[in-house]
Amino acid sequence: MARIALASSLAPYADGVRELELDVANVRQLFEVLGARYPALQAHLEGEVAVAIDDEIYQDALLQPILRDSEVVLISKIAGG
Amino acid sequence: MSDMLKYEERELKVVGTRPLRPDGVDKVTGRARYGADYNLPGQLIGKVLRSPHAHARIKAIDISAALALPGVKAVVTRDDFAEMPNEFASAGELTVNYRAVTRNMMAREKVLYDGHPVAAVAAVSESVARAALALIKVEYEVLPHVIDVVEAMRPDAPLLHEEQYTEGVKPKPDRPSNIAKRLEYGHGDVAAGFAKADVIVEREFNTKPVHQGYIEPQACLASYSEDGQAELWTCTQGHFVFRAQCAKLLQMDVSKIRVTPTEIGGGFGGKNNVYNEPLAIALSRKSNRPVKMVMTREEVFRATGPTPGANVKVKIGCTLGGRITAAQAEVNFQAGAFPGSPVNQASMCAFTRYDLANVRVVGHDVTVNRPKVAAYRAPGAPIVVFGVESVIDELSKKLGLDPIEFRLKNAAKEGTQTYYGPKLSRIGYIETLEAARAHPHYSAPLGPNQGRGVATGFWFNIGNETTCALNLQPDGTLTLNLGTIDVAGGSRASLSMMVAEELGIALERVRPIIGDTSTLGFNFVTAGSRSTFASGMAGVIAARQMIETLRARVAKIREVPLEAVAWKNGRAEPVDARVVKFEPMSLAEIAAMAGRTGGPIAGHAEINAQGAGPGFGAHIVDVEVDRETGAVKILRYTVVQDVGKAIHPAYVEGQMQGGAAQGIGWALNEEYVYGADGVLQNPGFLDYRVPVASDLPRIDTVIVEVPNPNHPYGVRGCGEVPIISPMAAIANAIENAVGVRLYAQPFSPPHVLEALGGTAKR
Amino acid sequence: MARNHVSATVNGDSVEFLCETGQTLLEALRDELRLTGTKEGCGTGDCGACSVMVDGRLVCSCLMLAVEAEGKTIDTIEGMAKGETLHPLQRKFIEHAALQCGICTPGILIAARALLERNPNPNEDEVRYWLAGNLCRCTGYHKIVDAVQDAAREIRGG
Repeated sequence: MARIALASSLAPYADGVRELELDVANVRQLFEVLGARYPALQAHLEGEVAVAIDDEIYQDALLQPILRDSEVVLISKIAGG
Repeated sequence: MSDMLKYEERELKVVGTRPLRPDGVDKVTGRARYGADYNLPGQLIGKVLRSPHAHARIKAIDISAALALPGVKAVVTRDDFAEMPNEFASAGELTVNYRAVTRNMMAREKVLYDGHPVAAVAAVSESVARAALALIKVEYEVLPHVIDVVEAMRPDAPLLHEEQYTEGVKPKPDRPSNIAKRLEYGHGDVAAGFAKADVIVEREFNTKPVHQGYIEPQACLASYSEDGQAELWTCTQGHFVFRAQCAKLLQMDVSKIRVTPTEIGGGFGGKNNVYNEPLAIALSRKSNRPVKMVMTREEVFRATGPTPGANVKVKIGCTLGGRITAAQAEVNFQAGAFPGSPVNQASMCAFTRYDLANVRVVGHDVTVNRPKVAAYRAPGAPIVVFGVESVIDELSKKLGLDPIEFRLKNAAKEGTQTYYGPKLSRIGYIETLEAARAHPHYSAPLGPNQGRGVATGFWFNIGNETTCALNLQPDGTLTLNLGTIDVAGGSRASLSMMVAEELGIALERVRPIIGDTSTLGFNFVTAGSRSTFASGMAGVIAARQMIETLRARVAKIREVPLEAVAWKNGRAEPVDARVVKFEPMSLAEIAAMAGRTGGPIAGHAEINAQGAGPGFGAHIVDVEVDRETGAVKILRYTVVQDVGKAIHPAYVEGQMQGGAAQGIGWALNEEYVYGADGVLQNPGFLDYRVPVASDLPRIDTVIVEVPNPNHPYGVRGCGEVPIISPMAAIANAIENAVGVRLYAQPFSPPHVLEALGGTAKR
Repeated sequence: MARNHVSATVNGDSVEFLCETGQTLLEALRDELRLTGTKEGCGTGDCGACSVMVDGRLVCSCLMLAVEAEGKTIDTIEGMAKGETLHPLQRKFIEHAALQCGICTPGILIAARALLERNPNPNEDEVRYWLAGNLCRCTGYHKIVDAVQDAAREIRGG
């Protein structure tokens, strides 16, 4: 099971949950499972969220694999100027 | 799916040198064509009618007199644009709330800032267009307005959006608010951390909005043809994003709009969003003629997005030995008339330079009656860093520690856990600090009323969607078709250099062009310091793919096995001539035969570049303060920055110097000045004072290279980091010079004088 | 509204154009003569992007009415190179990477040339104060100053 953490800025949309363990193979599955469990989070997942997998940050990478013992953190996307 | 290419250390022939930029000659002769330099036969001139009020309900709009004026060919108002639902949608890969986007493009129920578009006309000349604007009658019900962020957060403040409830708050509030969103980041236990501190400093900072100040006002030319296709020429940082936004706002298919990016006269984040473009297309559709729209400087200030102004509270505690035990910030950002300030990013980079166990940052995105903010080089970061790096300076002074030493004691490094989620990867913060400390500037002598300040900055940098195509021409030269706009940084040259390096050929053999939206797949905006990183990666992938194709083609032509063919020294050569020998082939020779041996040869890449590496900077500034006038003179400035790898060192230096200059302007003079009526009083370069040549000294640069392991050449990106540190560095230098600390920007003469003569410093 | 007829010399050529009374020289150059090298950055004489020479004098063309150009000699950026040969300032700007987006570059080159015609050996302060009327937002002016002084050196024969 991969360890999933939510940045504190996202926690309000997930009933305050900060950490959980999930069996998901890639980012898309992660979003599907989280969105189903926390409907308030669903609206933010596709567009606003980036994912750090084992400390590498991925933005808009739905098919990026998540390994069985990965550490995954959901954070807000970065945009620049 | 991005193919992350890892950094390889190797001997370089082209990358790291300083060749002449390919767009240079056109720019020094006036031949280069920017947004306002394009014209089409039969074109009309479009102009926008803008609200004179900061906040008002639109009761009625009467365009009949304007339409009747000879020479007026079309008028558009809110009735010509579709309503958009209140939901986030992709605009290319940005998610934006189109309900807000369409209203910022043209007001619907209300006008929300001085300058808000209400109608637009297209006429045979500029003077007729202006006369037509004067004939449009708008009935307004003026409402109370609010422009200060702290005032706007109060429950009794005038409300901009009746349907806006603060997001990120549980339970959901029962009253609407100007606070569009609340967010919180952190880890550890700040209360316990502060309890352990020997010294605590807590301060409040206030900043005004500043504008990116690009010298070229927005300009576009639209031509809509009767078959429903539109062509658009515009100066933009992202033609694919503009295409997507126009398509959505005008309810057209994306494929029906072809956007050609012109040369762009500066963007800095301010040209990431559409303003006149959808209006120009709509006017062209209605009039059946091309429509050209060029903003005046006054319109640029009144209606395009500046940065937020802000109120920032910072509290940091540390031990006597100089180790930070807790850090806390409240970041309140003006979003302007619609939600969407960069409070999120600002909150994330407030303390990221430091390895901290106990952190809490709370941010608020607040709507106020000002133009909707836009990105400006490391959006949000300079504001919050002004606060944090000022407090760090106060702490180091209280402890009697050297400011760089204090930062080194707490410096983030590879593996440091950030307070917004992941751990940091390989970074160059410590190297940057050490290079600053070793620089002769740091130990140079100072005279009376002179002082030195130091501050550091961090920015994430990004990658994102990038496509490019590399084509081998019949004469053996290469055309590199890029979708990433070359805003100024010289990315055309840097990307050509990486391609030339990969292929082992001279740079002159690579001709870069920026393709329009119909020639390539999606490319994200040139922002986030991404172009050299992401486009570079795409260029390398395309070049390596081409090399594979070249090897295979030569194997066929020379009738040898593929494994026997190497690409070396810019040509196909035997891997080992003793094993399999053949006559080498140059690019020109292969190109000459390509058509007859299978077809033309190309390489291409379509990626979403991941693995961007964060950048760090450290600035040292010496100032002299005139106690009689309050004028602050910058005596000496040094920018030290980790860029990963400087593909073209002169362009990297240019980014460091340019970003620092903007930060200096932000610190010393720039600000939006509003009257009590909520109308902008200084919408011009006379009273909105950006740095001129005589304001600045030479800006020395030190390029630190800690390669980004996720890029084949180690590139991190460098454009944004240099704007982050100047405000704090200068505030620290002023304190060092004359013993007063400024907590509000800008540090213009009246404010400095007041601080020198006054007692309370809040 | 009836337009005015103006005759002038631009970059050595005799030209004629029609303009409204309220149009500026900048608008006439760009829209009537299609010489788009001179740029509008502000329209109020604060940024210098519209710098041209009028009878040997450095002028913000946005502050001059087009009708005032009658009978005058005007030099714009398009006339700075001689055929294929760039002016030393133009060459040095490219060599020193003294331009990024390039929108201010035509105005700065015209102003810098005017400086060097008056003062062939300006020090750094003199260059900075002369160019204080030309805004650049990209470069921080550092490489511009280097390029101007290097061009001055070459023109002096150094």
